[in-house]
Amino acid sequence: MKILVCISNVPDTTTKITFTGDNTQFNTAGVQYIVNPYDEIALSRAIELCEGGKGTVTVINVGESQTEPTIRKALAIGADEAVRINAAPRDAYFTAYQIAEYAKTADFDMILCGRESIDYNGAQVAAMIGEFLGIPSISIIKKLEYDGSTATLEREIEGGKEVISVSGKFVASCSEGTAEPKIPNMRGIMSARTKPLSVADAKEIEQLSSILHFETPPPRGTVKLVPAEETAKLVDLLHNEAKVI
Amino acid sequence: MSVLVYVEQVEGKFKKSVFEAVSYAKAVADQQNTNLTAISIGNVAESELKTLGQYGASRVLNVGSEQLQQFVNQAYASVIAEAAQKEGAAIVVLSNSFSGKGLAPRIAVKLRAGLADGVTSLPKTDNGFTVTRTAFSGKAFATVSLTSAVKVISLSPNAFGVKESPADAIIENFTPDVKESDFSAVVKDIVRATDKVSLPDAEIVVSGGRGLKGPENWGMIEELAALLGAATACSKPVSDADWRPHSEHVGQTGIAISPNLYIAIGISGAIQHLAGVSSSKVIVVINKDPEAPFFKVADYGIVGDAFEVVPKLIEAVKAHKA
Ligand SMILES: Cc1cc2nc3c(=O)[nH]c(=O)nc-3n(C[C@H](O)[C@H](O)[C@H](O)COP(=O)(O)OP(=O)(O)OC[C@H]3O[C@@H](n4cnc5c(N)ncnc54)[C@H](O)[C@@H]3O)c2cc1C
Ligand SMILES: Nc1ncnc2c1ncn2[C@@H]1O[C@H](COP(=O)(O)O)[C@@H](O)[C@H]1O
Repeated sequence: MKILVCISNVPDTTTKITFTGDNTQFNTAGVQYIVNPYDEIALSRAIELCEGGKGTVTVINVGESQTEPTIRKALAIGADEAVRINAAPRDAYFTAYQIAEYAKTADFDMILCGRESIDYNGAQVAAMIGEFLGIPSISIIKKLEYDGSTATLEREIEGGKEVISVSGKFVASCSEGTAEPKIPNMRGIMSARTKPLSVADAKEIEQLSSILHFETPPPRGTVKLVPAEETAKLVDLLHNEAKVI
Repeated sequence: MSVLVYVEQVEGKFKKSVFEAVSYAKAVADQQNTNLTAISIGNVAESELKTLGQYGASRVLNVGSEQLQQFVNQAYASVIAEAAQKEGAAIVVLSNSFSGKGLAPRIAVKLRAGLADGVTSLPKTDNGFTVTRTAFSGKAFATVSLTSAVKVISLSPNAFGVKESPADAIIENFTPDVKESDFSAVVKDIVRATDKVSLPDAEIVVSGGRGLKGPENWGMIEELAALLGAATACSKPVSDADWRPHSEHVGQTGIAISPNLYIAIGISGAIQHLAGVSSSKVIVVINKDPEAPFFKVADYGIVGDAFEVVPKLIEAVKAHKA
């Protein structure tokens, strides 16, 4: 079994989000980068499925050389090898195209992504890869079982879940529940240094969208405190002032 | 040139998020001086399809094919893209629901269309075609320019609201060219709790954190939610400890929500939690620690013990309703 896991390099979850260049660029100064938390879940599930010599896990990242520490982290967690497509990701369409083109060169049984990247939150890449390859894509899964030819997945839907079965190749985007994120151990960290990380050139594709600028939400006013015994007053404020109940 | 909106049905019915998408698409069609066509897939009664007229759809393409009764994103994307091409639609709108998230990217690739998802406002057309969407888990908004001929917009729930602009919707049958290869994923089972308000499109959300001490104390959270017609949510440690299901976990690594009212009870307000809830219109925080960071981003707050405050709040809501 061969599994491809797509890894994006994102700002640490505690990052204070600010912008530079007249709000056109994310301010990377002092920002720590991590493996996108959902991708960690996808990777952990892939490693579990391949445990005991049942298969190999390849991680792929579309990014410039500064993403290599994040790729090494994925290798330390337990991926067998890594590929970096050398380009700054322009948008999901560009990123998904690069991954799909790479996937065509090797025979992967499944491609796993995170449900969304926590920076641009497109939740787009996985389904786009599926479409580029003409294979099923199942978005926002919380369970994945595989018996060597058929996968059974649980996908989140409003107010419940859906169980889906797929025979043949597929793409899935993983959310919480799919696996417990694995933490790299000492042996993993040591071996990550020598695991293969190859670099490939990006392929050209038309650009369909671009981010022009960013804004941060307006700050909220100061909180109106209501004494603990006056819950009726809170209800009154929510009804008459905020008009939300 | 027209605008096409996909109307997702659940067991033959449309939900509020669909009426929002139709209202939004109608406003976009007005901007472009064109008409709005809706496309519905699956078994929906004519009377239900007609309701789409109230929000401005002048035509409804009804795809009733037996093969397409169940949502399979690959097949649905083919149908919607085919309809968009036949209609000459320049803009395709859908709601950013769980299913919408799996569908919009596939439609975009088929149509070579730029995709903006999680969109929160109407397009601006004075300088190209731009829309605003959320980014960085609600910590920022991004203005995206779509430069392709065809554009796909996936609308954030609760961002635009429902607006009536009555038209008489003409219902037409649409028979798509379905490909067998689009059906390799098979839906085996659907489990839906129909008695509960679903979290992503809830207008009011009542949420509990570790301050509630254990799953046995969620009775009052559920009671308050039921009284307000609200969905229930929780912080990450609560779902990690299996006090509540993962599907209720909100925040950076959970669901991002933007209800009209978010009531946070016994939640400290960590940055990763705030990321998913800060675009709520009104935030109420109940916490016994006056220094809890959540108070800094709240509109209303009560400093107090949840086990005393929440039962009293339930009484107050009951009195208000009476
Ligand atoms: C990569 C990463 C991703 C994360 N993603 C998320 C996410 O998506 N969502 C999320 O929620 N968290 C997330 N977290 C965790 C986050 O950092 C916090 O740990 C978490 O939000 C805290 O949950 P809490 O507020 O319920 O618990 P605590 O921080 O323990 O807070 C409990 C609060 O309850 C109050 N309290 C205690 N007793 C009472 C009482 N009797 N009455 C009233 N108040 C009381 C306390 O004063 C305290 O403020 C993430 C963390 C990391 C590292
Ligand atoms: N630059 C990238 N390189 C590799 N995989 C990516 C990249 N960007 C996004 N992905 C994958 O696609 C998923 C969804 O990302 P997005 O569509 O940006 O929300 C992520 O969780 C990753 O698995």
